[in-house]
Parts: sequence; C-alpha cells; structure tokens
Amino acid sequence: MKSSVIIFPGSNCDRDMDVALKKFGFKNKMVWHNETSVPKSDLIVLPGGFSYGDYLRCGSIASKSKIINSVIEFANKGGLVIGVCNGFQILIETGLVAGALLRNKYLKFICKNIYVKANKVKNKYFHKIKKDILELHIAHNDGNYFCSKDDLNFLQDNDLIACKYCDINGEVSENSNPNGSIENIAGVFNKNKNILGMMPHPERVIDNCLSSNDGSYFFENLLSNMR
Amino acid sequence: MKIKVIVTPKKGVLDPQGKAIQQTLNSMNFIDVNEVRQGKYFEIETDIKNEKDAKKNVEEICKKLLANLVIEDYEII
Repeated sequence: MKSSVIIFPGSNCDRDMDVALKKFGFKNKMVWHNETSVPKSDLIVLPGGFSYGDYLRCGSIASKSKIINSVIEFANKGGLVIGVCNGFQILIETGLVAGALLRNKYLKFICKNIYVKANKVKNKYFHKIKKDILELHIAHNDGNYFCSKDDLNFLQDNDLIACKYCDINGEVSENSNPNGSIENIAGVFNKNKNILGMMPHPERVIDNCLSSNDGSYFFENLLSNMR
Repeated sequence: MKIKVIVTPKKGVLDPQGKAIQQTLNSMNFIDVNEVRQGKYFEIETDIKNEKDAKKNVEEICKKLLANLVIEDYEII
C-alpha cells in the first residue's frame, strides 16, 4: 500500500508518521505543500504540528495550500485521508469534516496519554480492530471539538463519531474529557467514512519502548482493512 | 481604501479566553463585568476604489478565510 504524508511549514509530526507508516508496511512518500499533485497513493496523511505558526486559526492557512486541491480531489473520489492533530484542524478548515476545534476548555496546552474508545462500525480505520480502547497520546492547545446541534445529530445518526475520550475501562464521561470537546469527541469521519480527523496521535505510540504501543493496533488494522 | 473587519465567536460558542479575561477583571474589582468575548480585528488595504465593491470583496474574504462560520461571526465596519 502506498501512502503520502504532506509536509507544511511548521509540521513537526511528519517524520514520526513516516516512521510509523513504514514500520507497518506502507510505502510512504513525503510531499511538500507547494506541490500541485500527490503521487499515486492509497492513503494521504496530514500530520500534526503547527502549520504556519497557527496564524489566524489553527490549520486555516495550510487549508489554502497548493497541494490541498489534490487532497480534496482524492478525498472526494473516496480516497482514504487521515488528519492527526494539526492535520485534523486542517481537515476542518478545508470543510472535509464537520465542526470546529476551539481552544481547550481550561486554556492549557495538554500533552499526555489518554484513552479513546474507537467506533468499529463500518469504517476502514477501526473495523475489526483487536483493541477498541486505545491508549494514545495528545499534545494540543486547540482540540476542543465543537459543532452545531444539527451537525452533532448528523454525526450521531450516521455513526460518524470516530472515537471518544474515555477512561481505561472505556467509560466515556466528563472526567475522561481532557479538553472540553462536545460529547467527548476525539475524532470524526466524513459522511462516507473515508476521511478521519482525530486529535490523538497513533504514530507516537507504536513501540513497547514508548509509553504505549496501542498505535500499532491502529496501523496494523488499517493496513489489513485496506488489503 | 481601508476596510476594517471584526471577527468574534458566535453566541453560544464557548470562549474560554473571554471567560478568563472576565474572571480576571472581576478579581481586579471590575465586578460589573459579566461577560467578555474575545475576537480579532483586521485592517485590509485594497486597490478597489469604490467602497461598495471593496466591501463586497471583503465579504468574500471573510467567508473564505478570515472567519470560520461554524464558530465565528464577522462584521465589516
């Protein structure tokens, strides 16, 4: 399987994502934001970081990059696109996924491991995943997911909430919500579930020598669902 | 011509920065302050000479970049 990671000025999780994708068997290419087309890919990843210094709104400037039109075209044809952290913010700003990401509720940059409960219903990312309560890492200042009531109803009615913050036992509550996100939302899909935006970083937890190895389940499962 | 724009969080959208400012003001004895909303202010210099056309153009700019209409309102002044 071929993947492409887009690099924006200020991306800083692009290399980690490259390492993770390659570790699990993707043939990955790095693509500079100023390119006008993405090489033939089965998966495009928008990585985390601080594209354009988070100027204006996180992800807003990157969402107007030259490369983005071909990412949108790829996504609209059903191609798999993941945006992690700043990548999620960029997806939001392109309008490919619903909602917005506000400043964290308690105004603190949060950098820690959290648990998310994955939605396994009919999607390439989490369907059949061996473990559905995953210990992943978050590191963000603006991850407080917000959307209109209509959008929330649409997300809920169509199983488009990709993952929710929970505790170690999978219980979703106010106590397990690190940033004030509506309904503990940590990630969402687009309508066709080919696009996944999520704040947690699976690529940071892919080895037993790290604080968790649960990102491995994510990448292994994705690859297996793509085959 | 210079066009000015103010972008603010929509009513009902949590504005934790505004809330923190309000609480600080209260602790500074400005006890009358019961809400603060923090926004952004832009000054846009444009080559368009006609004010109506310039504002129409800035409206597009607001919708496409300056404001995220899911969470923000804009006002051209």
